[in-house]
Amino acid sequence: MTISDLFKETYSSLTVNKVRSGLTILGIVIGIGSVIAMVSIGQGAQSSIETSIQSIGSNLLLVMPGAQRGPGVQVSAGRGSAQTLTQEDADAIIKDITSAKAVAPEISRRYQVTSPGKNTNTQVVGTVSAYPGVRNVEVDQGSFISDQNVRSIAKVAVIGPTVRDDLFGSDTIPIGQTIRINKVDFKIVGITKAKGGSGFGSQDDMIFVPLSTAQRFLAGDTYVTTISIQAENQETMTDMQQQVTDLLVSRHHISDPQLKDFNVLNQSDIVATASSVTSIFTILLSAIASISLLVGGIGIMNMMLTTVTERTREIGLRKAIGAKKSDISTQFLAESVMLTFLGGVFGVILGWLLALAVSQFASIATQISYNSILLAFGVSAAIGIVFGYYPARRAASLNPIEALRYE
Amino acid sequence: MIDCKNIGKSYVNGDVETVVLKGITFSIKSGEFVAIMGPSGSGKSTLMHILGALDTPTSGSYHLDGHDISKLSDDELAEIRRNKIGFVFQSFNLLSRSTVLRNVSLPLIYAGVPPIQREERAAAALTSAGLPEDRWNHLSNQLSGGQMQRVAIARALVNNPALILADEPTGNLDTKTGEVVLGTFQELNSEHKHTIVLITHELYVAEHADRIIHIQDGMILEDKKNVRKLIVHNHKA
Repeated sequence: MTISDLFKETYSSLTVNKVRSGLTILGIVIGIGSVIAMVSIGQGAQSSIETSIQSIGSNLLLVMPGAQRGPGVQVSAGRGSAQTLTQEDADAIIKDITSAKAVAPEISRRYQVTSPGKNTNTQVVGTVSAYPGVRNVEVDQGSFISDQNVRSIAKVAVIGPTVRDDLFGSDTIPIGQTIRINKVDFKIVGITKAKGGSGFGSQDDMIFVPLSTAQRFLAGDTYVTTISIQAENQETMTDMQQQVTDLLVSRHHISDPQLKDFNVLNQSDIVATASSVTSIFTILLSAIASISLLVGGIGIMNMMLTTVTERTREIGLRKAIGAKKSDISTQFLAESVMLTFLGGVFGVILGWLLALAVSQFASIATQISYNSILLAFGVSAAIGIVFGYYPARRAASLNPIEALRYE
Repeated sequence: MIDCKNIGKSYVNGDVETVVLKGITFSIKSGEFVAIMGPSGSGKSTLMHILGALDTPTSGSYHLDGHDISKLSDDELAEIRRNKIGFVFQSFNLLSRSTVLRNVSLPLIYAGVPPIQREERAAAALTSAGLPEDRWNHLSNQLSGGQMQRVAIARALVNNPALILADEPTGNLDTKTGEVVLGTFQELNSEHKHTIVLITHELYVAEHADRIIHIQDGMILEDKKNVRKLIVHNHKA
C-alpha cells in the first residue's frame, strides 16, 4: 500500500462521518490550542520580566550593603538601609578589580523636590559619570554629570522625563533652570531619555546629581548605597563576583565570609530567579491545559473503537482479499494520526488567536515560540499514535472469518 | 492443483471439543468447476475457509498450487489469499462508499501493483465479469444486487487467482439474477479456464457445475460428475 493509497483510504473513511470526525478533532483543537496559548502567556511573561531586568544594565554586578550577620536572633533592617559600603570601597574596587569595565557607586534616597510653583517626591541618585554606561541610561537633552562636576562638587542635576513632566510640564526643555532638593538649589544640565516603566523602580522618575555633591549636601556622610560594576562579558561575571567579595571581605576585616555585611548580586542570578518563577508558572498553566489534551486523546480512542466495530465486515473483507495485519493496523493508525494532525494544525491557529486576543485585550505580553508549535505537533501526533494504537491493534487482530460473519 | 488429504477440523470450546470435519480427501484439477454442496451444519463453510486459506486444518494436509498451506502463519496465509485466491461472498462485501473501479482494484492495492496497471487490470476484470462500462465510476451502493455481485466477481478475478471461491453467490439474489451470475461463472470457467469452487446448500445451484462434492456431517457423502445446466444468456443482470 503506497502513501497516497493510504491517504485516500484515510480521507474517504474520515469524510464518511464528518460530524463525528469534526467533533473528535475539536477535542484535540481545544487541547492543543490551550497548551499553545498558556505556554505563550507564560513565555511572554518570562521574556517581559527578563527584558525589564536587562534594562537596568548588562553584565551587571550590584554590591549592596547588608547588616552583618551574627549569632543569635536576626533582626534585619530593610535592604539597602544599612550603611556598610563607603566611597573608599568603591575606589578600591575601581583600583583592584581590573577586569571591571566600569564601576559606578551611587547614593540614593527619596527627597522632596521643588521647582517654582510645583513639587514632587522622587528618588535622588548621587553618582559618577560612568553611571549611564553601566545602568543603560541615555541622555536625551543636555549632558550627564561629568567627572569635572564630581570633582568640583557642582550643584548640577540631570532629571528623568517623569520628573520633568511633574515639575515643568511635558514637552518643555528646562535645561538651565533651577530645582530645589532638600533646600539646596541645583541647576538642570540634562534630561534622560524615557525608558518606560520597568518593574524595578522606574529610571524615568529619578534625579541624578554628582556623587560628591550628594554626599556633602544631601546625605552628609561618605557612605554609598549601591556599587554597580559592569563586567566585560557574561563569562567573567562569576569570577568577578568572587574577586569583589574577597576584596570587600578583607577590607571590612570579616573573618568568616558567611557573616559578610554586604551582598554581591549577579544580574544573571536575578534573571535566573525570576525565570524559575515564571517557568514554574508556565509549567503549571500548560499542565492544566494538557488535561484537555488528554481528554481529546480519549475522544480519539473512543471514536476509533467505534469505527473499528462499525467496520468489522470491511476489515474481514480486506483481510480475505489479502491485507496483512500490518496493512490493517497502519490504516487505522493513519486515521487517528490524521485526526490529531488536523487537530494540531487548527489547535496551533486557535492558540495563536487566543494568545493574540490575550495580549490585545488583557495587555499581557505573549510570545509564541517555534518550539511550542513543534512541540504541539509532536504531542498531537504522539497522541494519535498512543490513542490509536489500541483500536488499530484490535482491528488488525480480528479473525477474518468472524469479521465477515459480523452483523 | 488443490490437494486435500484427510483434512480434519475441530474447535475446542471450554471442555467441549466439536469435530466439524472428519477426514476429507479430494483433489481438484486446474480448470475445473466444482460445487461443494451440503446442508447447513455439514461443515461446508469450514471447508471453504480452509480452501480459502482463511483458516488452517487441525489435522491432514492441504496443498494449493504446490504450496502446503496447512501450517502457515496469519500473514503467510494473507499472502496466499492475495496471490492465489479470489473470494465471492453471499453478501457481496463491497466498500459502499467507494467506486466500482476502486472496489475492484482493492486487492491490487494490497498486492502493491502500481496505479496505472491497477486501472487496466480492474477494467479487464470488469469486462470479464460482464459489468457495463457506464457503471464503472458509480459508487457501489448505487448498483443493483446482480451488478454488485458482478463487481465482487471482478474483484475476485483481478489478481488472476489460481482459485475462485464463491460462497453462496446467489444467496442474496432472486432466481433470475442468480442464474445470470451462475452463467458468468460458467463463462469464466469455459472461456477463461478459471478454476471455480462454488459452495452452496441448493442442489439447483450446484447443478450448474461440472462436478458436485456432497458433504454431510463433516464427511464426503458423494463426489460425482455432473452435466452442467446451461444458462442461456437472454437477459442482463
